[in-house]
Amino acid sequence: MSANFDILIVGGGPAGISAALTAVNRGKTVGVIANPPETSKLYLAESVTNYPGMEGSGAEIMQKMRSQLENSSAAIIPGKALSVMSLGKTVGVAVGNDFYEARSVIIATGISRRPLCEGETKFLGRGVSYCATCDGMLYKGKKVAVLGEGEEAEKDIAFLRDIGCEVSVFSGRGKIEILGDKKADTLVVNGETVKTDCIFILKETLSAESLVNGIESERGIIKVGRSGKTNINGVFAAGDCTGAPYQLAKAVGEGNIAALAAVDYISKL
Amino acid sequence: MAIMHLTKDNFDSVTSSGLVLVDFWATWCGPCRMVAPIIDQLEEEYAGKIKVGKVNVDEQGELAARFGVMSIPTLIVFKNGEVAAKTVGVQPKQAVLDMLK
Repeated sequence: MSANFDILIVGGGPAGISAALTAVNRGKTVGVIANPPETSKLYLAESVTNYPGMEGSGAEIMQKMRSQLENSSAAIIPGKALSVMSLGKTVGVAVGNDFYEARSVIIATGISRRPLCEGETKFLGRGVSYCATCDGMLYKGKKVAVLGEGEEAEKDIAFLRDIGCEVSVFSGRGKIEILGDKKADTLVVNGETVKTDCIFILKETLSAESLVNGIESERGIIKVGRSGKTNINGVFAAGDCTGAPYQLAKAVGEGNIAALAAVDYISKL
Repeated sequence: MAIMHLTKDNFDSVTSSGLVLVDFWATWCGPCRMVAPIIDQLEEEYAGKIKVGKVNVDEQGELAARFGVMSIPTLIVFKNGEVAAKTVGVQPKQAVLDMLK
C-alpha cells in the first residue's frame, strides 16, 4: 500500500480541486488522483461567462484552478483510479499497480463523454477489459484491440506491445460492436471486423459503477444525498458525476460541500 | 493454517476436499493487492472452516487458463473439488462471504 490520506479525491477537475482546497484548509492530508487537465470537460469550453470572479476560456480557467491545486499541500497522483472499496475503517483506491488508503474518498470523476459500445457491458470481464495493466498479462502474445486515444492510452498500447501482443488500435469513436459467444471474440469498428482475444476499452475514467462496486447510481450518475453522501460509508461524490446541471459553479460548490462533509465524517470515526 | 500459494502441482490436492477460496491475482494488479488484506482477514476469521489459496496468474498461466480466468482479480470457491462460485473484479468482504455460503 502506497500511502495513507485523510481524504482521497478521485478526479482533478473543478469539483475535485474545490474539494481538495477545502479539505486542505481544514488541515487534512489530501491526495488527488488526476488525469492531465486537458482531459477535463471544462477544458473544452470555449468561453465561460457565468462563473463569478473568473471569465475566460475553459482551458484558461482549468489551468488557473490546477495551478492553485499544485501550490497547495495536496498530493497530486497521476493516473487512473481502477477501483474504490471500503476496507473497513478506511477506503481503498487502487491506481495502477498499487493502492492507497484514505479515511474518506470523494468521487469527482466527471461524466463520460463516450457512450457504451454494443456488447461492452455484456462481455466485461469476458474478453472486454477496462485496464490493460490489470489484465494484459493474461493475453500475453495474443491478439488484442485497444479502443482509446491520448497519452494514457499510448502508454497502455506500448505496454501491450512490450508483452508480445498483436495490438489493433482504434480511437473508440464511431459505430462499434463487440460480438462473441461465451466471451467476446470479435470487434466491428465502422464496418471493419477484427478477431480478438481481448478488447481493451481505455477511457480516461471508469464509470461510477465500474469504479465503486455497489455504489448506487443510475446510468452512470451517482446518487447522492445531502452533502454529497453516497450509499457507501466514507464515500462522497461531487460535480458532473452526480448529474445535471453540468455547470462549473455547481461542480465547485458540490466539491466544497462534499469536502466539508468528509471532514465531518472523519471527525466522527 | 495460513494462505496457501497454489501451483499446478498442489492445486488439485488442496481443492479436492472441503470449502476452498482461491484468489487469482498478479503483482502488477493494484485492485488485486487492495483485495488481499480482505482475503487475509477471511483466512484468519474462518481458519478451520475454509481453506484459502492464492494463484499468481503470471507464474501459473496453466491454472489461469484452466479455470477461464480472463480478468483479475477473480475469486473462485471450490466445494470438494467442484467450482461452486466465481466472481470477477473487486468484491467487498460481504460479497466474498456470500460466495462461501
